[in-house]
Amino acid sequence: MADPMKIRASVTGDKVVVKVLMAHEMETGLRKDSAGKTIPAWFIQNVSATHNGKTVLSAQWGPSVSKNPFLEFRFSGGKAGEKVIVTWTDNRGDKRTDEATIA
Amino acid sequence: MNHSRRNLMQASGGATVMALAVSAGLLKSADVFADDWNKAAFDTKGLQETVKAFGGSAAVESKDIAITSPDIAENGAVVPVSVTSKLGKTESIAILVEKNPNALSASFDIPGGTEPFVSTRVKMGQTSNVHALVKADGKYYFATKEIKVTLGGCGG
Repeated sequence: MADPMKIRASVTGDKVVVKVLMAHEMETGLRKDSAGKTIPAWFIQNVSATHNGKTVLSAQWGPSVSKNPFLEFRFSGGKAGEKVIVTWTDNRGDKRTDEATIA
Repeated sequence: MNHSRRNLMQASGGATVMALAVSAGLLKSADVFADDWNKAAFDTKGLQETVKAFGGSAAVESKDIAITSPDIAENGAVVPVSVTSKLGKTESIAILVEKNPNALSASFDIPGGTEPFVSTRVKMGQTSNVHALVKADGKYYFATKEIKVTLGGCGG
């Protein structure tokens, strides 16, 4: 199981600003190890974020998103104390879901 | 020794093991192919090719899309890129790096209520144009910014 995400969600004006830091290698599949063997691709393909059961962002990623990916987005209609849930799935089928309370 | 018979046995044995693994839940169907991941779009080489893979016809340049990033990225492995769209009914935002082996880096669906803005970090192999591709009201628009890279992020 992958390490937990760091998620911060805070109300700024009438929007909720969500910042997510995920722990993932994001291996491109193009690099070679010291023995000259290609390191297989391993990267997050799908990301989704929900608030009160409603999807507030969904994303498809390729291997050229940086290692330990960072993501920021903003949505309206959220209040302090409510939860934002973020899920990612990688190309090996590994999955991770974390949540944060809006501050 | 009957080689063809042996090969047949091995082949069918392998298939059976796979089927058992799938039915036992060891292999999820997602491992075989993720159906909500647009493989064709992530295999493309350029902007207009990516638009086609998304199902669009041709993207038009727009001044209502802003790319925020450093002009010079010291480390190509971590290039912060933000995209803001002022186009009405923005449905999705994608980030493409023209000179990467595959152009498309990330694609975001923007549901109603979510601001047409995303910020992330991408890898760049070399100095390149970065495109922000926005789908708004069913049409595709793009903006371009060149980001200089002093140290590539895709080497190995």
